[in-house]
Amino acid sequence: MSPKLLPRSVVDIAASVRGGEVSAESITQASLDAVAARDGQLGGFLSVAPDLALQRARDIDLRRERGESLGPLAGVPIALKDALCTKDQPTTSGSKILTQGIDQQGRAIDPWRPPYDATVVARLRAADAVFIGKSNLDEFAMGSSNENSAFRLARNPWNLDRTPGGSSGGSAVAVAGRMTAGALGSDTGGSVRQPAALTGTVGVKPSYGRVSRYGLIAFASSLDQVGPITHDVASSAAMLQIIAGADPADGTTTHHRVGAYREACSRGVAGMRIGVPAEYFAEGLDDEVAAQVRRAIGALEENGASISNIELPHTRHAVATYYILATAECSSNLSRFDGVRFGHRAHGSQTLREVYETTRGGGFGPEVKRRIMLGTYVLSAGYYDAYYRRAQQVRTLIRRDFEHAFQSVDLIATPVSPTVAFPLGSKLDDPLAMYLADVYTLPASLAGIAAISVPCGLGSASGLPVGLQIIAPSFAEEQMFQAAQVVEDTAPDREVIPQACQS
Amino acid sequence: MPSSSPIDRDLVLHIARLARLKLEENEVDTMTRQLGAIVDYMADLQQVDVQGVEATAHVQLDRLQLRDDTPQDSLARQSVMAQAPEAEDGAFVVPPFVDES
Repeated sequence: MSPKLLPRSVVDIAASVRGGEVSAESITQASLDAVAARDGQLGGFLSVAPDLALQRARDIDLRRERGESLGPLAGVPIALKDALCTKDQPTTSGSKILTQGIDQQGRAIDPWRPPYDATVVARLRAADAVFIGKSNLDEFAMGSSNENSAFRLARNPWNLDRTPGGSSGGSAVAVAGRMTAGALGSDTGGSVRQPAALTGTVGVKPSYGRVSRYGLIAFASSLDQVGPITHDVASSAAMLQIIAGADPADGTTTHHRVGAYREACSRGVAGMRIGVPAEYFAEGLDDEVAAQVRRAIGALEENGASISNIELPHTRHAVATYYILATAECSSNLSRFDGVRFGHRAHGSQTLREVYETTRGGGFGPEVKRRIMLGTYVLSAGYYDAYYRRAQQVRTLIRRDFEHAFQSVDLIATPVSPTVAFPLGSKLDDPLAMYLADVYTLPASLAGIAAISVPCGLGSASGLPVGLQIIAPSFAEEQMFQAAQVVEDTAPDREVIPQACQS
Repeated sequence: MPSSSPIDRDLVLHIARLARLKLEENEVDTMTRQLGAIVDYMADLQQVDVQGVEATAHVQLDRLQLRDDTPQDSLARQSVMAQAPEAEDGAFVVPPFVDES
């Protein structure tokens, strides 16, 4: 194990910086050095801000020397998914349309610089976190492999020929590649949980309304939530603690009490009722994934949880439901990218309609176009009732499945992804195959409830990380963290270092 | 499996017009094939009994709280206009879209 690797724990880093045992500057420098050493290969970042980060770290150190109190995330190096607005800093959402083009190194030329910060960004900053850069993603968060980034491929630190997952692939790479201690991603249908599972990191999809979406470039507004990716459960709890809570700038945030997430982690699972849905262990689930997930569920039982079989009968309709509703919302949300107010405008257009059509036709990549087309289709006259309305009704049935299940269990345990990280390029020509792999993460998104992916060991055949998903009722994140911590504490292979970090 | 969906080339071009999306000639066939496969799969929902089931547009609508209607500063106009492809006198500039001839 290399002694130079960045410490894993957000909690430990903040404690050492606050206690003066280590400077924020040295931690920031270690993070920047790791990016310089590894990110050329890993592709986790779309932009890095070394000067800003170091300046910020020195300011934190100075304030500590002066005896001022520091925030709970003091000096913690963080990667921000590039779908999050950062004031005056490059923000692309992985799309060419928010730039003036792409240079030969795959970098954005003159990208959009938002006039404001996302609420989650402002909150992390107020907690004295240090932003290292903006992480790679599938264009507009649409994808499950990060291969839809307009700029560069992201690679899995465990095996460079495999995907890190998506859409928050870069955020997971930043953490798994030991370049930052934490990251923010956004999860619409699994975009935090799946990359976390595929890279051996922890990823949280908070309950809908728990975290502000203000300044998150919208994909599907009724589903999008921002969540942390970290090495361990306590670190995710610490980050959620900061970003959770009502925000006047996002009317869908809830005033429901924010829990004590860090404290919850140490409470154990004695007496907790955990349901295991048969529908999540059906055809298509790889044996090596099933084996580790079942082992982890057994560990929960050994630690005092009672495990029971439950039914979530509408699970198999989640993919169709999600890809109708999410694309409908995306076709509406992405109409704002029209070449008028920000980003790229196609040259040579004579009419406003031409400006719209050529800017969008040239600015969006294939997957974004497919989803806009699908969403426009399901909303169009003559098809609305057959697709969109029906999908909203099935969404109700999926919600009811969970409501029913949560009458007899406190939490639900499932796999996150049916397979470990798949080879880059293997699903590129088959968008439907890519969608079908989201089947275990979509239902919780449609129901708006909380879920976390926790590493539960390496697959016996592939040696690649497997994630266990804990699903909790709305705003029951505390119980979710209780169980997640037990999964982490009992997981094998915790000290294995990803291939890319070994040299 | 032959596509049973109504997606054909003309429909793809029609949707692209609705979506204000210019598709290159070589994109149209791929889009037709891929959308066809996806829409075929969506037919999955036709077998679900949704009789009398209300629609979920949003999981949060029943628990929203309104904030006070207090005037606040908005973003500075200049900082917003600075990012526009073309702006003049505090306004976005676009090609003419009303035919006055």
